[in-house]
Amino acid sequence: MKGTNFVDLRDAGDPGELGALYAQQGADELVFLDITATVDDRKTLVNLVREVARHVNIPFTVGGGISSIADVSALLNAGADKVSINSSAVRRPELVDELALAFGSQCIIVAIDTRFEPAAGLDFVHTHGGRRITELKTLEWAREVENRGAGEILLTSMDADGTKAGFACDLTAKVSSAASIPIIASGGAGTMEHFTEVFTSGKADAGLAASIFHFKEIEILALKNYLASQGIPMRI
Amino acid sequence: MEIAIIKYNAGNVASVMYALDRIGQNYKWTDDPEEIKKADKVIFPGVGEASTAMAYLKEKGLDTLIKGLTQPVLATCIGMQLLCKHSEEGNTNCIGVFDVEVKKFISKDLKIPHVGWNSITEKGENPLMKGLKAEEFVYFVHSFYAPVNAYTTAVCEYVQPFSAMLHKDNFYAAQFHAEISGKAGEQILKNFLAL
Repeated sequence: MKGTNFVDLRDAGDPGELGALYAQQGADELVFLDITATVDDRKTLVNLVREVARHVNIPFTVGGGISSIADVSALLNAGADKVSINSSAVRRPELVDELALAFGSQCIIVAIDTRFEPAAGLDFVHTHGGRRITELKTLEWAREVENRGAGEILLTSMDADGTKAGFACDLTAKVSSAASIPIIASGGAGTMEHFTEVFTSGKADAGLAASIFHFKEIEILALKNYLASQGIPMRI
Repeated sequence: MEIAIIKYNAGNVASVMYALDRIGQNYKWTDDPEEIKKADKVIFPGVGEASTAMAYLKEKGLDTLIKGLTQPVLATCIGMQLLCKHSEEGNTNCIGVFDVEVKKFISKDLKIPHVGWNSITEKGENPLMKGLKAEEFVYFVHSFYAPVNAYTTAVCEYVQPFSAMLHKDNFYAAQFHAEISGKAGEQILKNFLAL
């Protein structure tokens, strides 16, 4: 098992410049999840992607408002290595099949925002930044997107997100065991120990965080050295 | 120095172009046989499916052109697999520079495709790994692999040891994506350009 560290460039100020800095500091992959993306600012997003891709020498994923083959084509041509789709896949699951066929599974990440529903005692997929519940059970949806051709799953626990109290390790482990594609865990990172937990008991293939890196609460290189000292294979 | 990047239907090559931009190397992205033949060095990149890519290369006559090139050629990812003799992907007869059979990863325990950073170790003398550590992490994305063979110049281990790099005469090949493999990948590209 090896641990991969993703940095989310959302709200990062200048994503191109910061992306290059994070790459230099040892981030393994970068994602830019422009959750507010709409058709209107598509051109801005494409230009921004080009700017980041020019600067970084590590894999770079883009997500936000992607709902067609044409959207993905524009982003890949601008230099993105992978795209992440979320609510558009919930709305029309066939989109995952179509994109995997057109571009290959290796560049299609399905992002799943999930929240525990106490009444049902189960985790359900949510959309709209976690505000709107869907009928999809998280574990079943993870298996479905894998079967449809997703190459990786970006799993965000809306319960853990923003708490800095640790990743949702139990849920991440369940999803990771249910699916045979890599799981990127997101939401809840507050300390270096949280990353150790998510790579061990959480069985995650990768851990993602944004603000703790932007606000320099945790330095990437220090994190990777720490994880290596905990016996988790790291690229250093 | 003239660098030609071969233009065909396998994946997008924006990352390769940006990587060359970052190290200040000009290039032409072309499928024109004359441009490719007269280039000082040729890069054959790609992300895609073997049978679809081979069908396109054959239709354009690029398969025989590539095999006949005499200047240094760097093939990456599907480009490397296409330089082998045959691939299990789509049961495809490939270009055949390397007398090697490309196989599909099969594992009960490990996730396929092999995606992400993994370490490679040099085997024999490998000019493209000059200046690198004995073990370097590079970025992989693939479901098919070339077994370790007489042409192997770097080995990676996933499911079993497999060829991370191959070399024969003027042909150099890498299974990983040097263009997005951080500083190590940059050094490999620079080493190729310096050949």
